[in-house]
Amino acid sequence: MSVQTTDYTVSEIRSPAAFVASRVFIYGALVFWAFVCLFPIYWTITTSFKSAVDVTQGHLIPFVDFTPDWKGWRSLGLSPDSIFQTSTVRDEFLKRFMNSVITSVGASGLAIIIGSLAAYGLTRYRYHFAWFKNEDISFFFLSQLILPPVVLALPFLVLYREVALLDTRIGLVLLYTLMVLPIVIWIMRDQFNSIPVELEEAALVDGLSIWGAFFRIVMPIALPGMVAAFILAMVLCWNEYFFAALLTSTDAKTIPVMVASQTGSQGINWWSMAALATAAIAPLAIIGIALERYLIMGMTAGSVK
Amino acid sequence: MADQISTANAWPANSTSADLIPASRKRLGWTLLIAATIALLALIIVQILYKTEVDTIGFYTWRPVIYGYVLWGVALGAWQVLTRGEDGQRALFLLPALLFTIAMVIFPTLFGFYIALTDWNLSSFSGRKFNGLDNFWQMLADPYYRNALFNMVLYVLAVLVEYVIAFGLALLLNAQIRARKFFRVVFLLPLMLSPVAVSWMIGKSLMEYRFGPAATLARALGWDNPAFFSDPIIARISIMVLDAWTFIPFMMIMLLAGLQAMSREVIEAARVDGATAWQTFWQVTFPLMLPVSVTAVILRIIFKLKLADIIITVTSGGPGGATDSVSSFIYREYRDRSNVGYGTMLAMVYLIMIVVFITWLLKIASRFVRNVN
Repeated sequence: MSVQTTDYTVSEIRSPAAFVASRVFIYGALVFWAFVCLFPIYWTITTSFKSAVDVTQGHLIPFVDFTPDWKGWRSLGLSPDSIFQTSTVRDEFLKRFMNSVITSVGASGLAIIIGSLAAYGLTRYRYHFAWFKNEDISFFFLSQLILPPVVLALPFLVLYREVALLDTRIGLVLLYTLMVLPIVIWIMRDQFNSIPVELEEAALVDGLSIWGAFFRIVMPIALPGMVAAFILAMVLCWNEYFFAALLTSTDAKTIPVMVASQTGSQGINWWSMAALATAAIAPLAIIGIALERYLIMGMTAGSVK
Repeated sequence: MADQISTANAWPANSTSADLIPASRKRLGWTLLIAATIALLALIIVQILYKTEVDTIGFYTWRPVIYGYVLWGVALGAWQVLTRGEDGQRALFLLPALLFTIAMVIFPTLFGFYIALTDWNLSSFSGRKFNGLDNFWQMLADPYYRNALFNMVLYVLAVLVEYVIAFGLALLLNAQIRARKFFRVVFLLPLMLSPVAVSWMIGKSLMEYRFGPAATLARALGWDNPAFFSDPIIARISIMVLDAWTFIPFMMIMLLAGLQAMSREVIEAARVDGATAWQTFWQVTFPLMLPVSVTAVILRIIFKLKLADIIITVTSGGPGGATDSVSSFIYREYRDRSNVGYGTMLAMVYLIMIVVFITWLLKIASRFVRNVN
């Protein structure tokens, strides 16, 4: 051991050459993977500004290789020169976009409400429903996670037809709520477990009811966890394709279904597809970057004890 | 996973308030519940009679039954509060989620088991026909379904490779680096993107045979004919790569959290004892990370078993069904032939296999973790 310091990363290094080599390796690997992550996104965004020739010749860098043009965005009716004109494509896009927003926000919201309540109950009280105890109920909720969508899809197709929920946003909201509920309960249970019970005991002594204590004392403390669960649920709902593709046709179609249907029907119209894909991923990419902290908090809940 | 529940700080629900509730209030609660139950059952019976054309009073769709169920749920909650006081209020926390999940899962699943035993083509007018186990025998003889199941095995095995990469990335992010936050956000980004958009961005455009950058790169590296989706084996690998690209961040974040929660002293101690970096990793870091790793891998496998959208949008199962996952196969089976009965049978068999597999996996995993630690 030639280098004796308390800093743990320095102490692992035995010589300057090895130090440099390990730094080069670490940063090389980091940059390489950052490239792997970012290049497809870069490619998509730039392609939305390319004309056909630029795509087929594999031009990569705007202004150097090719002159960017609003072509893709014009076909969506979202370029600066076409934004004030009427555009059926844009109306269609905005309708799908709103469908996506409403279904994902609605489903995440509903899941947060009923999921938080259930998680709170499960962490604080002991239940006996017939022969079901807390552990069984928790397991019942979490086991929904392994249920693949395909199992429910066809029965729901038939049932939704019977109850006139096919191709409605409510129908999708209900299904998405079901899909994210186990995850929300998982995250929120972890949250509530980390809040000391003494807080509520004090509140009850001060005369609050059980529900009063929950809303006035526990909720504000658990809010970050709720945000985390909400963001994670949003991501899952926004990107959901399978149910949306099966259960919607004209009215309630969401963005992923629109993206998927474009690739099939009219061959590949590169620039407009790229613009559409960019528009489909942009909202979540922005939310994800801005609220990355919560996203990580949600994903790591309960995994590290 | 579910056995990790901690009841250490759960309050005992032994309040005595149930005795203090006046009898009249209890009677009101019971009346309400019984009335609601009778109303709901009556609604369902009337609707069944109407649908089977026994009588003429009824609703055109079954939707009123849903409203009835919701109202019945409200009555159930009111009954709990009225008859059991504070205990009832506690039950109120759990009831919405419970009623919702039961309505949305148990009923459709049972209904699904029934559909699985019928021959039901949604696009034909003949309606459903009960045909017993015919679908099951047809399934056993279906080479495409077997192939899809085999593919699922391959796709699940690919999780191990994803795990190695994710672990490597987590170690990188945990090292003393500059701009850690930047790299973390960038590495996380693929997870946020819609798989459908990703399958266009990468599958259909980057990997485009003629001029996609990935194909160009492959040609430059000496692969003459970089067709990513025409050879069965290469097509499967391409699907795995696409799926890995979106989901590696998921495992990476969990592993990173595990690494950060690990106490520095242990590694420090190993170093002081003269262990090399390689030895430290294998004898200290890796065993300590095992519980987190197992959780991450199992969760990832659960997500992997649902894999469908990428396959549907990129290859739609091609070439010749080679890349089909079970979900995408059933999806196409329905889209092409609108046969609900057969598709549901496939799905139900798949569900049973998954439940058995996951149960086994959880058992093995918990034993494995216990043995190593």
